[in-house]
Amino acid sequence: MLEIRNLHVELEEEGKQILKGVDLTVEAGKVHAIMGPNGSGKSTLSYVLSGRDGYSVTDGSATLLGEDILEMEPEERAAAGLFLAFQYPVEIPGVGNMTFLRTALNAQRKLRGEDEVSAAEFLKLVREKAKTLKIDAEMLKRPVNVGFSGGEKKRNEILQMAMLEPKMCILDETDSGLDVDAMKLVSDGVNALRDAGRGFLVITHYQRLLDHIKPDVVHIMSDGRIIKTGGPELALEVEKNGYADLLAEVA
Amino acid sequence: MALAQARIDLTEARIAALELPHGANWANEARHTALTRLRAMGLPTARDEYWKYTNPAELTVADAPAAALFDPGQDRRVFEDIDRLKIVFVDGVFDAAQSDDLSLEGLEISRLSDVLKTDIHWAMDLYGHLETHGQDPVARPLAALNTAFATDGIVIRATGRVSKPVSLIYLHQSETSDAVLHHVIRVEEGAEMTLLEQGPAAARFNKCTEVDLAPTARFHHIRAQGRDHARRAVTHSFVRVAEAAHYKSFTLTCNGVLTRNEHVIDIVGDNAVAHVAGAALGDGKRAEFHHDDTVFVTHRGEDCESRQVFKKVLRNGASGVFQGKILVTPGAQKTDGYQISQALLLDDDSTFLAKPELEIYADDVKCSHGSTTGAIDEEALFYLRSRGVDHSTATDLLVLAFLAEAIDEIEDDTLRADILAQLELWLARRRG
Repeated sequence: MLEIRNLHVELEEEGKQILKGVDLTVEAGKVHAIMGPNGSGKSTLSYVLSGRDGYSVTDGSATLLGEDILEMEPEERAAAGLFLAFQYPVEIPGVGNMTFLRTALNAQRKLRGEDEVSAAEFLKLVREKAKTLKIDAEMLKRPVNVGFSGGEKKRNEILQMAMLEPKMCILDETDSGLDVDAMKLVSDGVNALRDAGRGFLVITHYQRLLDHIKPDVVHIMSDGRIIKTGGPELALEVEKNGYADLLAEVA
Repeated sequence: MALAQARIDLTEARIAALELPHGANWANEARHTALTRLRAMGLPTARDEYWKYTNPAELTVADAPAAALFDPGQDRRVFEDIDRLKIVFVDGVFDAAQSDDLSLEGLEISRLSDVLKTDIHWAMDLYGHLETHGQDPVARPLAALNTAFATDGIVIRATGRVSKPVSLIYLHQSETSDAVLHHVIRVEEGAEMTLLEQGPAAARFNKCTEVDLAPTARFHHIRAQGRDHARRAVTHSFVRVAEAAHYKSFTLTCNGVLTRNEHVIDIVGDNAVAHVAGAALGDGKRAEFHHDDTVFVTHRGEDCESRQVFKKVLRNGASGVFQGKILVTPGAQKTDGYQISQALLLDDDSTFLAKPELEIYADDVKCSHGSTTGAIDEEALFYLRSRGVDHSTATDLLVLAFLAEAIDEIEDDTLRADILAQLELWLARRRG
């Protein structure tokens, strides 16, 4: 599904190297988690994959289903099936949530050469998905993320994911700012989307999200590299001993 | 103070190119008085403070600069699906054949050219009067020129709640037309009407509208100034708002080499409301774009509310100007004045100049004003694109979001939806 090879990335303005050779393969149907201390490059990885400005790839590659995504515009990556759930979802005053969702859905379908979804079909779909995430009609009517609580913003991200049905989902610290109930709700939303054809990359600081979204593989990232890969037990080890031991062990 | 010779020459050259129409005595007198006032003021030049940011040369020169015609093809026209009374002007000349009968319950409608030939008419107390009043404290010579030389226009008196809008449709069919139109509108106590205006009226257009609102009268004005690139226009609206009356005006402008829209609003009664809003989209790629909103609101009554909401989206060297003033006279207590002017610059070549002014002589008022100039929100743009929305569609979504506050000033849902649909169509056209 997602293949990252020897990825080197610099901050464009400062020329500072953030990713120093990341190798990672996420298979269809699998959930991979990336854990790591602050500043290890986790979020940078998610931004580079989704096409945010300000980063330059100096070496390596990233492909989604065999297609080189690094050369694509952000919208083309989305149409190719990539989805990033933002750590800090952006507020867009003046753009209604429904308009946003429908525009996005139809834009992706158009880029893929599919027919647009009719207004009635769309409404039915969004209501159904919103209900399971406990997103009410009022929230759908409001401008995108404006006045949403932290939990509402993250639920809104998952709603977008559910509507757009991407092949590869990247969740960037989706647990940050969530209370226990919200975390359960968001995790249920993610788990509902797990299937044999879809890959997940879950970026998090903490083990607790992984209690809800059970990973198949856990990677530890530090200083721009994956330094250790293991099963779910690796996350438990981090939870118990912190990163310091692991880092020492590798060094 | 004597005028400089250059200004006298400019003014006389323009006057010489025009013909003073003859009519009833009162009309002749109004025209001659206006002409005398015009000669005393002289036409504006770029050296005048009030024209510092907009060069009036193309508006004052004797012959109108030619303007290529624009063909909108089969595109839907603004207000197309609205049930309305249509009044058509072709290059500034009333066209009876294309217009509906000038009759609608609750309204008296006449052509200005007929009214000015009538010996006694209610409009004789208004024609040129609100314009004259609006010359103080700032001179508006192009409006005086209009009163003196207007060839046509529409005169409307609303006496009840009018069932459908009156729609002025301007058609531009000559590349050299130079139209001077003057409308007079009186809305009587308790009456309510909506006036729609659309289209580029001529290669060059000088329009003056005088609106007199009796106590509790309500007047809605929605205008779309057309898509053609080459036109030049100067418009003045002189509005008198009596006690508990409501005045609401919205203007959409897309394209146009030069547009100056002046609004002079005098709130004379208590508890009255006046809102003026505008959304302008300028792209300097095919032709120059310069758009100027100049507003002067005077509060004389107590407990009155005024709002000025102006938004401009500029790209490819387009330029925008906002000059807005709120004057609160002594005694106009409990005034609630609001003014916002904002520009979204889509590139580094475009400019926006704003001159917000408050002048307050009452001590118990609330007046706020703001002006911002900014670029598109890159975070929001990336967020939209990361969901699959292409760059230009995402930009347009953000443009519409930016304009929303101005468009929301349109009270009527159907008309607001119509304007929005038109705007979306134009944006989609540009995306190609």
